[in-house]
Amino acid sequence: MPDSPYLVELKNVQKNYRQPNGEVLPILDIEHFAVRPGDQVVIRGRSGCGKTTLLHSIAGLTPIDSGEIIFGPVKLHKLAEAGRDKFRANNIGYVFQTFNLLPAFTALENVMLGMTFTKRAKDRDRAAALLQEVGLGHRLNHKPSHMSVGEQQRTAVARALVNKPVLLLADEPTANIDPGHQQQVVDMLREVCHHENVAMLMVTHSPEVSNQFEHVVALEEVNRVVGVA
Amino acid sequence: MSYLSIAWRNMCERPLASFLTGLSMALGVAAVIVVLVIHRVAVEQFEQDAQGYHFIVGGTGGRTELVMSTVYHLGKPLYPISYNYYRKFVDGEYAKYVDAVVPYCLGDTFVVGDYKYRAIGTTPDLFEKLRYDGEHPYEFDEGRNFKRENFYEAVIGSAVARQGNIKVGDVVNPTHGLSGDPDAAHRDFVVVGILAPTNTANDRALYVNMEGFYLLPGHSLSAKSERSDQTAASNTPEPGAPTVGFDNDGATLEPLPDDQREVTSILVKAKGPTEAMQLNLSINKSGSGTQAVPPSEVVAQMLENIVGPVRTVLLVLTALIVLVAAIGILVSIYNSMSDRAHDIAVMRALGASRAAVQSIVLLEAVLLAVLGGLAGWVLGHLMVGLASPYVEAKTGVALDMLAMDPKELIVLPSLVLLAVLAGILPAITAYRTDVAKALSGTR
Repeated sequence: MPDSPYLVELKNVQKNYRQPNGEVLPILDIEHFAVRPGDQVVIRGRSGCGKTTLLHSIAGLTPIDSGEIIFGPVKLHKLAEAGRDKFRANNIGYVFQTFNLLPAFTALENVMLGMTFTKRAKDRDRAAALLQEVGLGHRLNHKPSHMSVGEQQRTAVARALVNKPVLLLADEPTANIDPGHQQQVVDMLREVCHHENVAMLMVTHSPEVSNQFEHVVALEEVNRVVGVA
Repeated sequence: MSYLSIAWRNMCERPLASFLTGLSMALGVAAVIVVLVIHRVAVEQFEQDAQGYHFIVGGTGGRTELVMSTVYHLGKPLYPISYNYYRKFVDGEYAKYVDAVVPYCLGDTFVVGDYKYRAIGTTPDLFEKLRYDGEHPYEFDEGRNFKRENFYEAVIGSAVARQGNIKVGDVVNPTHGLSGDPDAAHRDFVVVGILAPTNTANDRALYVNMEGFYLLPGHSLSAKSERSDQTAASNTPEPGAPTVGFDNDGATLEPLPDDQREVTSILVKAKGPTEAMQLNLSINKSGSGTQAVPPSEVVAQMLENIVGPVRTVLLVLTALIVLVAAIGILVSIYNSMSDRAHDIAVMRALGASRAAVQSIVLLEAVLLAVLGGLAGWVLGHLMVGLASPYVEAKTGVALDMLAMDPKELIVLPSLVLLAVLAGILPAITAYRTDVAKALSGTR
C-alpha cells in the first residue's frame, strides 16, 4: 500500500435509506475510520446503530451516498458494482452472523465456493488445508445439516479466508453460538487471521468478546448519526 | 467449483420438483421424437412400398383406394376388371410395352389370432419378376415360391408367419370376404414358402396361387358374364398358364376358364419410362372402365395432402407440450427464488457478480431442459421400439428404434433456447436480489 498507513480508510462516509413513505433515514455519517494492515478491530454498538451497514459498505455490497472508501490505491466508492464485486471476491472475506453456508454443498465445497468467483485457480488443497486449520479436516465431505453450529461457523471462516483476503469482515460471528463455544470461535478467528496475516474488522455487541481486543471502537463514537433506531 | 456444478447442486437440492419438471420435459420431447420418427419411417415405407413397378391398373374408382388396397393391403378393393383385359398385358396389345405383369385377386382375408391379413390370389411372377423396393429381389427364409400348376400352394409374408408361428408345410385357410368371418373359411392351402422380411406391406399378406383362388366358392363369374367394354385380347391359351393343375393330394384339376375370371388389380412393370408413359396414356384414355395409376404419384399426393398436415398438427401439439414443460421449468425455478434469495446473497457477498448469479440460474434451467430432453429422446426411441411389433403387425410399417430423423438434431438446440427463455424471469429475479436484505433474513 503506497503512502497511506491504512489498509482501508473511510472519509466522510454517509449512507441513508429511503423509507417506503419517502422519508430519508440516515444510517451512517462517519468522518473518519480506518483499519491498518494486520489489525484486529472490534466495532461494538447497540442493535440497529449501523454496524452491519458499515460492513456492507466496506465490502462494497451497499453503495455509499457520499464520502470515500479507500483500499490502498483502490477507491472502492468510485468502482461500479461489477468492479466492487470483483474487488470483494479477491480482497475481502466475509463471515456472517448466521454462517450462511449453502445447504446443498459439503464443507469443502462451501469453502471452494469462495474461490468460484475469482480468476484464481481453484485450489482444492488450500480449501482442505484451511478446513484442517480450523479443525475440520475430518468433516470435509459433510453437509452443513450434519455439522454443529460451531463447525458451521468454522467452515464459514475457512471460506472467508480461502482467497487470501487482506481484510476479514465478521458480522456478529458469535451471536448464534452458545456461550460455551463463543470463546473457541473468537480464538480461532484471531489465530487464523494472525496466521494468514489478514486484518479483521469484527462487529459485536458482546462485551465479553470486545473486551478481549486491543482496538475497540464504539460505533456511536464515530457515527455522527444520532438516535438511529 | 464451476457455475455448472453449482447449478447442478441447486437442481439436486429440490429433487422432487426437479424430477417432475424434467419428466414433463422428457415426455414432451419423447412425443416430438415419436412423431418425427414415425412420420419419417412411415414416409420411407410408403415410398419404398410403392416401387418396383410403374403403375397399377384397376377398375374405376378412387386412385387412392386402388393404391391403398393393392400396395398397402388396406381399405376396400375397387370393382374388379375382366381377366381378358389382363390378358392384353400378357399376350395382347399392351404386351409389347410390358416387362412384367402381375395380377392381384383381392377380397379374401387370412385371420391369425386377433389380426386380419389380406389373402391375395396372384401368380409366382410376383416374387420372380418384380423387386420389392425397386432394387431387391424377393427371397425366401424357408421353402420356395408356389408353382402355378399346384393350385393350392401358398407363400406367406414374414410378419404373418411370425405372428401365427406358421412354418412351411402348415395348412392355412383364407376366409371369404374382408370380415374375417371364420364361418366363411375356404379350403386348405399349403404353405410352401415363407418370405424373407422386406419391410414392406408385403410382409403382412398371404399369397395364394391365383388358379386355386379362382376355384374357391364365390370367386368365379358365371360363364359369358364378362363386361363388354373389357374385351378379350385373345382366344388363345395364356402363355405359361397351366392347362391342368393339381390339388395338394395330387388329383388333377381343371383351371377356371378365362371368361369366368376377374382380377382386382394388375401390377405393371413397363420395359422403360417411355413405354410406361405410353401405356399409362393409352389405358387412361381408352374409356374401358379401367385406370392406370402410378403408385408413387398417389403416395406423394397422399403424403403432401394428408400425412404432411397431420404431422404438422401433431408436431404443433407436441411442441405445445414441450412449451408447457418449459413453463413448468420457469414456474419451478421462479417459485424457489424466494427460498434461494439467501443463497444468492451469500454468493454475492463472496464476490459473485449479478451476471454470475444470473448465469447460474439460467444454467439450471438449461440443465433441466437438456437432461429432461435427453431422457425424452431416449424415451421416444424406446417408445418407438416398444410400439414397433404392434405397428408392424397392424400396418406392416416396421419401426426401427434407432431410426433417426434429421430434424431431431434441432430438438436439443431448441430446448436450450427455450430453457434460456424460461430461465430469464428467475434469472432477472436473481439479478435483482437485494443482498443486504436477503443477508439480514434467516434461512
